[in-house]
Amino acid sequence: MLELKNIYKTFNAGTVNEKKALNGLSLSLKEGDFVTVIGGNGAGKSTMMNVISGAYLVDEGSISIGGVDVTRLPEHKRAQYIGRVFQDPMMGTAATMQIEENLALALRRGSRRGLKPGITKAEREQYKELLKILDLGLEERLTSKVGLLSGGQRQALTLLMATLKQPKLLLLDEHTAALDPKTAAKVLNATEQIIQRDHLTTLMITHNMRDAIAHGNRLIMLYDGRVVVDVEGEEKRRLTVEQLLAKFNQVSGSSEADDKLLLS
Amino acid sequence: MDILALVNMLPGVAAQGLIWSVMAIGVYITYKILDVADLTVDGTMCTGGAVFIMLSMAKCNLWVALACAFLAGMLAGLVTGLLHTACGIPAILAGILTQLALYSVNLRIMGQSNRPISVDKYPLLVSARYVREPSITNPILVCLVFVLVTIGVLYWFFGTEQGCALRATGANRNMARAQGINTNFTTVLGLMLSNGLVALSAALLAQYQGFADVNSGRGAIVIGLAAVIIGEVLFSKVFHNFALKLLAVVFGSLIYYLVYQVVIWLGLKSDDMKLITALIVALFLALPYWKNRWFARKAKRGIGSHA
Repeated sequence: MLELKNIYKTFNAGTVNEKKALNGLSLSLKEGDFVTVIGGNGAGKSTMMNVISGAYLVDEGSISIGGVDVTRLPEHKRAQYIGRVFQDPMMGTAATMQIEENLALALRRGSRRGLKPGITKAEREQYKELLKILDLGLEERLTSKVGLLSGGQRQALTLLMATLKQPKLLLLDEHTAALDPKTAAKVLNATEQIIQRDHLTTLMITHNMRDAIAHGNRLIMLYDGRVVVDVEGEEKRRLTVEQLLAKFNQVSGSSEADDKLLLS
Repeated sequence: MDILALVNMLPGVAAQGLIWSVMAIGVYITYKILDVADLTVDGTMCTGGAVFIMLSMAKCNLWVALACAFLAGMLAGLVTGLLHTACGIPAILAGILTQLALYSVNLRIMGQSNRPISVDKYPLLVSARYVREPSITNPILVCLVFVLVTIGVLYWFFGTEQGCALRATGANRNMARAQGINTNFTTVLGLMLSNGLVALSAALLAQYQGFADVNSGRGAIVIGLAAVIIGEVLFSKVFHNFALKLLAVVFGSLIYYLVYQVVIWLGLKSDDMKLITALIVALFLALPYWKNRWFARKAKRGIGSHA
């Protein structure tokens, strides 16, 4: 479903701030794969998401989604294949627009926008039903401005928007990291539900090793812009946090346990 | 001071306020909806009048001339939009560049720095001459219809898929792109629409005043901003619907011209008005910032409620 081949991406090339974010990254996802992604700061996790979504173009390598080569496709054209939820709850929704208007924008992802009404009556009913799944009471607040919602509510709404038009690929970039533990669990639960329901091919970055183990059928670890650990199936199910930590220390060549990875 | 003189000025205030409100609505589209400060309008505010007058003098049909003025404005917006999106120039600078270029273009269009047009010789839609006449050709009535139609069309447009895409672009560009919106296209579209309206307003103003002048657009953006901000400050608590928000801009423009006349009536020169306008806009832009800082300080001391 997703094919990353030998991707290189360098920021500020030729300056003192040069940063090789992706260093020959290759990754292949089968349809229906739910892959959790871990790695330390600067390992290239977010850059990987951003080159897949088209926010950055790659220096070298190729990207294809569902057999379509999207390497040179601009961000807004790739959006027809990709649903995204960002780390920052402010980033995935339009604060000055209503809940239903935000959803209506998401429903039209990938189709041509013309002079037809931006939202229809039938849609509203559909949105009400979908918002009920989130169990946040948003179904009664369709015309509320999104700016009035809490971070968790906005993130849940973004999740709904990302999956409203079933995407070929769902990208979750630490989408629960900015939320309090209770809300984070709720959003993660809704995420799991929707992914199972629609059999979505998913890449989920997380800082939390327990979440990385508990969710998905496959786990990868990035280090220095490359995939260094890749486990799936039975092996992943038996994985423990301690083993994962040991693997992490092994590849990063340091013995200090990264508390942040374990605790956050 | 003669209060009657002021009352006598009121019809003129209404007509001018309504004409400039079309321009202010154009500014609202870029400044409030698209979140771009577009300085092209200082140039476009002359271009529209210049195009209209030259076409009228060439015996062109009134409505065709108006349409051409609108299109000329859109073209100016297109240039700014392409400088911004295709050439990567910051929006504010792209607007300044187009505005500067338009100064030469406007002189080329008019052939001289000022072009008069007489309501006796040409069939004009509005003229200051009839501003006190209770007839169907009274410019207040004509301009009111213009304003209401403009609001109606914009209300419809911003409810369409493309209009929503434009609003989303201004609200959150990242989100817009993630939802498959070509933000470069919507930005250019917004700039074109805005400048089209500004040029239309300019065409009305040229008819009303009976001339187009190469300097008539100077400071137009600030007047537009003044109208937008006055309207927002006074009516944002009561007007929530989009059409009413546009109406608030119209009221803002009317109030601006009322203040303008009062200031002149008090004995100041109209030349001083640019200074006063700049002060008003600066003050109203600073107010929300000061308010936030004040509340933030209060919250730090633990007086304010928890966020």
